[in-house]
Amino acid sequence: MQVGLFIPCYIDQLFPDVGMATVEVLEKLGVQVDFPIEQTCCGQPMANTGCIEDTRPLAERFLAIFRDYPYVVCPSGSCVSMVRHHYEAYLAGRPGFEELKRKTMELCEFLVQVLGVERIDARFPHRVGLHNSCHGHRELRLGAASELVIRPYNKVRKLLESVDGIQLTELDRPDECCGFGGTFAVNEQAVSTLMGMDRLQDHQQAGSEVITAADMSCLMHLDGLIRRNGKPLRVMHVAQIFAGRPLPGSPQATSLAK
Amino acid sequence: MNATSCNHAKEADRFTADQPRVQWHDQALWFVRAKRDTAAHAVEEWEQLRETASQIKRHTLARLPEYLEQFEENALRLGAQVHWARDADEHNRIVLRILQQHGVHKLVKSKSMLTEECHLNPFLEQHGVEVVDTDLGERIVQLRSQPPSHIVLPAIHIKKEEVGQLFHQCLGTEPGATDPKYLTEAARGHLREKFLEAQAGLSGVNFAVAETGGVIVCTNEGNADLGTSLPRLHIACVGIEKIVPRAADLAVFLRLLARSATGQPITSYTSHFHGPISGGELHIVLVDNGRSRIRADRQFWESLKCIRCGACLNTCPVYRRSGGYSYQHTIPGPIGSVLGPLKDAKKNYSLPYACSLCGSCTDICPVKVPLHHQLLTWRGEIVRRGLLPWRKWLEMKAVSWVLRNRRRYQWSGKLARWAVRWMPRWMLYNRLNDWGKSRELPEFPRKSFRELYRNRNGRNQ
Repeated sequence: MQVGLFIPCYIDQLFPDVGMATVEVLEKLGVQVDFPIEQTCCGQPMANTGCIEDTRPLAERFLAIFRDYPYVVCPSGSCVSMVRHHYEAYLAGRPGFEELKRKTMELCEFLVQVLGVERIDARFPHRVGLHNSCHGHRELRLGAASELVIRPYNKVRKLLESVDGIQLTELDRPDECCGFGGTFAVNEQAVSTLMGMDRLQDHQQAGSEVITAADMSCLMHLDGLIRRNGKPLRVMHVAQIFAGRPLPGSPQATSLAK
Repeated sequence: MNATSCNHAKEADRFTADQPRVQWHDQALWFVRAKRDTAAHAVEEWEQLRETASQIKRHTLARLPEYLEQFEENALRLGAQVHWARDADEHNRIVLRILQQHGVHKLVKSKSMLTEECHLNPFLEQHGVEVVDTDLGERIVQLRSQPPSHIVLPAIHIKKEEVGQLFHQCLGTEPGATDPKYLTEAARGHLREKFLEAQAGLSGVNFAVAETGGVIVCTNEGNADLGTSLPRLHIACVGIEKIVPRAADLAVFLRLLARSATGQPITSYTSHFHGPISGGELHIVLVDNGRSRIRADRQFWESLKCIRCGACLNTCPVYRRSGGYSYQHTIPGPIGSVLGPLKDAKKNYSLPYACSLCGSCTDICPVKVPLHHQLLTWRGEIVRRGLLPWRKWLEMKAVSWVLRNRRRYQWSGKLARWAVRWMPRWMLYNRLNDWGKSRELPEFPRKSFRELYRNRNGRNQ
């Protein structure tokens, strides 16, 4: 099976290992991964600021670049949600757009729904707290939002639970926003910071060593707070755990880096 | 941006400066949210109720003129007098006229966000009417000359120590008293006098039933009942969106309202008023004040489905940490951030941005107002109307220009990563870097993903 790999701009530029881990996870499962080099950004920062006309050309590029792949897979719930739920305004009625919406998938969703993966072949003997990133959680419905009265499920957590040696921690507020929110993080810096600090506190009381999520953007914000405040926590994208990456800063990780 | 607009982030700074208070405020509201979850999860058909409520509201709004006329006809039949107010000013003048006709100079009020929206209290006070809010929280904020900071829990931002101090000054309670029971008893005694003196009672309305002409008021303190049955004159102020077609529809809304608002299965008092009490008068004032305009708005009409339960405020991670006053609008939180710009987009342009787009409000709303989607839609409107500060607008133009071309994007990325790696800390972390005020920047890597990927594939080939 061939997939078009959609790597969000900030992962491409700032977290290249998350992209590499995604490639490794997919390839290990027999997927043929193609990364179309013309891709840049889905346009979400502009769209979420309300700059619709500045988003339109990026949405159009995205469709042109990805329309011929049978699936488009991306290690970010937020960017996938942009394509599936917010491109309507720019691309409605365009040839290939309905298909694009159906076939653009977040990594965990693709693993569970398309590949039928039930067990991840990786070992991660640490206490891990799952941060349910909002767009993946409440727009892509990767898990049951705590507000809704529906049968509980969580695709990301289910995959994590299958990782060898992992211990998932229980949070007081399992799906509260971390306060990243794109430009919100700088526009509303004070509130954003308080939201993030509360998440860290929750993870600390739950005993998490590592915070993981299906969105690196939330983790970038949380990591910024962790490092500024010297908190005993680390962040890792789920793809990095699935790909068998060691805990950052552990002796194993240090020896690999050498 | 300019003198006539409010900036939520700046207003929030006042509240966030006191971090222990923010934490306390957040936890007090999260407690209500958790109670709501327990109550909602005890109702197996919750999601079906939400959907039904949403459909009833959609249907009613689509045929609002017919239902309003039906309501008027039935209310008149029951002996009520019905008044129509185009806007806040007309509403206030109608209420004053009714009071003056009856020689009323002492009025008790039960909770009504509509009269807050119309700024009725100061208007009546200017005309010599003493107005006493009888809901405990409302009375507290009234004694402090503040507006409510929450639509259901008006004094949620005030600690019991502060209430003790206030009551000591205004009601003569013991200095330093903080016991909620003692303070509530004191307020009760004080309000009893006000009820007995009042010549008229004014209430808000939660639901107005078209097929019966009845109005329904939900309270926990019974203050609406006392205020509307002791005096002979009852004025009920209703926003026109409060209409439901049938009495049977209440079976849906009453199950949702209190559970969503406070996690109670039902409010302590659900009072149905069908015409005036014997020997008395019931005046129903139907208020538009911009609602017809919202109803006709293709993008935002669904905000009129709101039943003012406050669940979106309680769940909003921003509201809980920035407080009701940071919104500088009668109704704060997610629903207020949709309604605020509908009232005055220029003044309230920043409200749709006071949101991380987490979507919790949309999922909690008992009538399925797509709140976070409406906030996102508002941002597009703010830009279209040229209300976004030009610096942000220009930034987005520039970023979009870079991202429209692969090479521009790659080179900009490379340059930024190189620069950040080499820049000294004082250059990176300064007052222009809002991110860096409270957080570290990520470690900028030497190579991008696309470079690593190309290298790896090059090796493989």
